[in-house]
Amino acid sequence: MSDMLQASRAAPSGTSRPVPFRGGGFKPVRVRYLGAVVIVVLIALIEWGTRTGVISNLTLPRPSDVLGTFRDLWVSGLLWDHLLPSLSRLAVGSALGVSAGIAVGVMIGLFSLARAGLVPLVAAIFPIPKIALLPLFVIWFGIDEGSKYALIAFGTFTPTVVSTYGAVDNVDRTLIRMGQSFGLTWWSIVRKIVLPGALPGILSGLRISLSIGIILLVAAEMLGARYGIGAYILEAGSLYDLERLFAGVVILSALGVLTSAAIGWAERRLLGWRV
Amino acid sequence: MDLHLDRLSHRYGAVEVLSDINLTIPQGRIVCIVGPSGCGKSTLLRMIGGLERPDAGAVLQQGAAPEGCLNPLTFVFQDFALLPWRTVAGNVALVLEDHPLPRDRRDRIVADVLARTKLSDFRDALPKQLSGGMKQRVAIARALAVNPAVMLMDEPLSALDAQTRELLMDDLIALWTRAPFTAVYVTHNLAEAVRLGHRIVVLSRRPGRIREVVSIDTPLAERRAGDPALEAHQARLWHLMRDEAEAADKELSDV
Repeated sequence: MSDMLQASRAAPSGTSRPVPFRGGGFKPVRVRYLGAVVIVVLIALIEWGTRTGVISNLTLPRPSDVLGTFRDLWVSGLLWDHLLPSLSRLAVGSALGVSAGIAVGVMIGLFSLARAGLVPLVAAIFPIPKIALLPLFVIWFGIDEGSKYALIAFGTFTPTVVSTYGAVDNVDRTLIRMGQSFGLTWWSIVRKIVLPGALPGILSGLRISLSIGIILLVAAEMLGARYGIGAYILEAGSLYDLERLFAGVVILSALGVLTSAAIGWAERRLLGWRV
Repeated sequence: MDLHLDRLSHRYGAVEVLSDINLTIPQGRIVCIVGPSGCGKSTLLRMIGGLERPDAGAVLQQGAAPEGCLNPLTFVFQDFALLPWRTVAGNVALVLEDHPLPRDRRDRIVADVLARTKLSDFRDALPKQLSGGMKQRVAIARALAVNPAVMLMDEPLSALDAQTRELLMDDLIALWTRAPFTAVYVTHNLAEAVRLGHRIVVLSRRPGRIREVVSIDTPLAERRAGDPALEAHQARLWHLMRDEAEAADKELSDV
């Protein structure tokens, strides 16, 4: 025994090398502000390019000009005239689509009849470009707000259904068996086990659904809207006013970042129990 | 309340998993079921608890459940089956919420079972903060909360490390000694079986049949790890199972 201790303490004979570390990577760590830095650097590059003439003014508007347009929008109050109708359309349309989608998705997850009957239907309507149905929506819901709500609702509905029933399918079956073994009522099992268990999947599906909602917002506002971000972008596009077009696009991007941040916040609040 | 298994048989498709099981589980006793893997132990337990329907035969309850019993046949699962979004107290309260109990009565039951399982200090912790042993203690507390007539324990200590297993076995023995409960305890660990079982039922490999029922008369509280009498029982059980386990190990599984 003492021999071994001696041996381990003594300098090893021959060359000694440290064991190389090879367990790194494959583990996302949180890097703050890098996303913002990437965007800032990209904009700075474009600004530099348009100022020096490397990028011609016809290909890309100068970011500072876009900012100027944006300031005009703000000062003249037109920003809110366009933003508020768009936000309310997005809110009403996606609230309708998402809540119907969650309801139908949970039904498909829980009832074999609903699954057999509705999954093929959802698969059939998912790939339809909703924009193609614009005329139909106008006939069904009228030219004003109704058809815009319907388009956004329809577009957010199908992805929500798919992600919701996937989430319900993924709820740990042993938890459901546990509920049954304690004699919980069916309704209790759904409310206290299935729905909370499906929430992570539903929320991550919501990220996709709401992005689709923003995309469809522009399409919906092609339906003869005077005000709205989509209407603003379309008008600028038809005039080849690239500064205004980009100002509108920036607003849409900001909307996307905001909804994603809101869902991230909801996830941190509601899903703190996740390992 | 006694349980009586009457000529239980079951098959999954063409594979017969259980064949002609006759067994009585007397009140206040722990019956351990051991057998090689895939012999249908867990299937048998799920049938006793009504989570699976046997193809033939029946599980009969004889006598009344104890007073205040909310769920006569109550499981303790191998993987704990705790709701990760509920606290320790919330997980216990879950199984009481569907019963028309006054609020203070429910709170008292939760506080009582948490105290009995030494979890009072952890009532607001989430499952992800707990070690495996603590999680299983929560599951045991939850089972005690409904004052079961029979506890159905499906390898409750198998997911735990050896030291935690010893501690929890001591806890289970202490719980039983204070208030004897009836239990069916499925395990593949013979040491657990001889420490906790009043009767040990040895199943054969598929199709599971009862090969032998061993009774151990030493009171639970007096059983110690390394007790020669227990070791002798364990050796005998291993002798009974050894060939079966070896053969079962070589079987291809189609289930």
